Amino acid sequence: MSEILVKAIDVTKRFTGFTALDRASLDIRKGEVCCIIGPSGSGKSTFLRCINMLERIDGGAIWIGGELLGYRRDGDRLYEMRDSEIARQRRRTGMVFQRFNLFPHLTALQNVTEGPIHVLGEERKAAADHARELLARVGLADKMNHYPSELSGGQQQRVAIARAMGMRPELILFDEPTSALDPELVSEVLDVMKDLAESGMTMVVVTHEMGFARGVADTVAFMEAGRIEEVGPAKKVLSEPDNARCAAFIRAVHK
Amino acid sequence: MTDERDMYQTSHLRIVPRRHWGRWIAAGVVCLLLAALVRAFINGKIEWNYVGQFLFSQSILEGLVNTILMTFAAMAVGITLGVIFAIMRISENPVLSTIATGYVWIFRGAPALLQLLLWFNLALVFPKIGIPGLFEWRTVDVMTPFVAAMLALGIQQGAYTSEVVRGGLLSVDAGQYEAARSIGMGQLLMLRRIILPQAMRVILPPIGNELIGMVKTTSLASVIQYSEILHNAQIIYYANTRVLELLLVASFWYLSAVTVLSIGQMYVERYFARGIQRLKAAG
Repeated sequence: MSEILVKAIDVTKRFTGFTALDRASLDIRKGEVCCIIGPSGSGKSTFLRCINMLERIDGGAIWIGGELLGYRRDGDRLYEMRDSEIARQRRRTGMVFQRFNLFPHLTALQNVTEGPIHVLGEERKAAADHARELLARVGLADKMNHYPSELSGGQQQRVAIARAMGMRPELILFDEPTSALDPELVSEVLDVMKDLAESGMTMVVVTHEMGFARGVADTVAFMEAGRIEEVGPAKKVLSEPDNARCAAFIRAVHK
Repeated sequence: MTDERDMYQTSHLRIVPRRHWGRWIAAGVVCLLLAALVRAFINGKIEWNYVGQFLFSQSILEGLVNTILMTFAAMAVGITLGVIFAIMRISENPVLSTIATGYVWIFRGAPALLQLLLWFNLALVFPKIGIPGLFEWRTVDVMTPFVAAMLALGIQQGAYTSEVVRGGLLSVDAGQYEAARSIGMGQLLMLRRIILPQAMRVILPPIGNELIGMVKTTSLASVIQYSEILHNAQIIYYANTRVLELLLVASFWYLSAVTVLSIGQMYVERYFARGIQRLKAAG
């Protein structure tokens, strides 16, 4: 088995009035595709956003590649990181959002080159070449100079995936990447994600697409009420889960 | 059966367009009033040859240059302060955001004319300004009409502009902040590359409006002897008593400056609407 890339231990997140994450623990190995499933409001997206430090956690800890997120350890003390250090840590992780969040004032190509040029300091020419390669890979070679508003939802989400890959991340997080799409556009995005999974990218995918989870995921985690109730090989969790609520949830989606 | 088919057959009938009598009458009345106004100006005791004579006189043209200079100087101060105070206002630092709120409260609250007089007369309370031990100037030497007007108009403009900029920043979707962070951007890079360019679309129309307003507000600086158009026109009419003629000359130049700026505004807005404009064209 390959080494562990993401280690989350007892991650807890409270919003005023309720606990969104309740001691959630999960290991993700290098090259693994992990789907997180569960009813809405179960904390799936919050968990993903904690891995990318878009939410600050109230308890527990997360490591990526052995590096503790958000804190620097010195002896027996943990020092909170500065914004610039947090920004540096985020570069190891790409994120794809439910609502795409493409930069509307930039073309598809510029959306992909923005980070490499201005954050990583890559040469314009090299960044553009890499971006063109990525956009071709997600099937958008002919849309590079289009603005997001000129693209369909499926095309926008594929640009967003290329944008995440442009930063050469070790891990890509997908937050319900197909939930905002018209039904006929879902498969073009899932195909790109499948291709990405086959190339060995480590992926954590919050999704309601059981077909994708069954076909592509190595492991599946089932969440409910802020807890990870069951985690294991995809086939096992989706076909014969140990947890009764997980079994009920899977039956319900299959109806 | 045949009758019914005839009833629903309309292709051979001729359409008579509706007559808009009301529109014709309204247009006629307004045109008559306009003609009366033009006639009044023609018959009034306006010496049009004076208007022509002073339209391009050196003193008036110098005034025009000074008006344009002051408009851009004051707006530059205003926009710089506006962006700084808007960012302070939305920052998580409570001291900075309180100070920004106070700035808007005070400088939006006092009349521009009063602020002009305040800056111009600063020497009365602070005879010398500078950093003690490093450098020091006599306030009367520093606070020329130009500097006083630039500070007074710029600082009060900044109070308005900071509200406009703040509105622009708030108009950008939260997802844009998250997307920028997710590609590892720091706070400043995110503001400069992602947030401000999008906020511009919302910020620019009111700023253009305020720039145009500033052209006219600079005329207030005539009271502190800044030689802009109105001030120079007044100096001429004090001598030759052709008051209305010279005020018409001044109006002509204000109107010209505003017209040029309005056209410029259109092009700048078009630039910052890229990516959005297309949506409108398609939809």
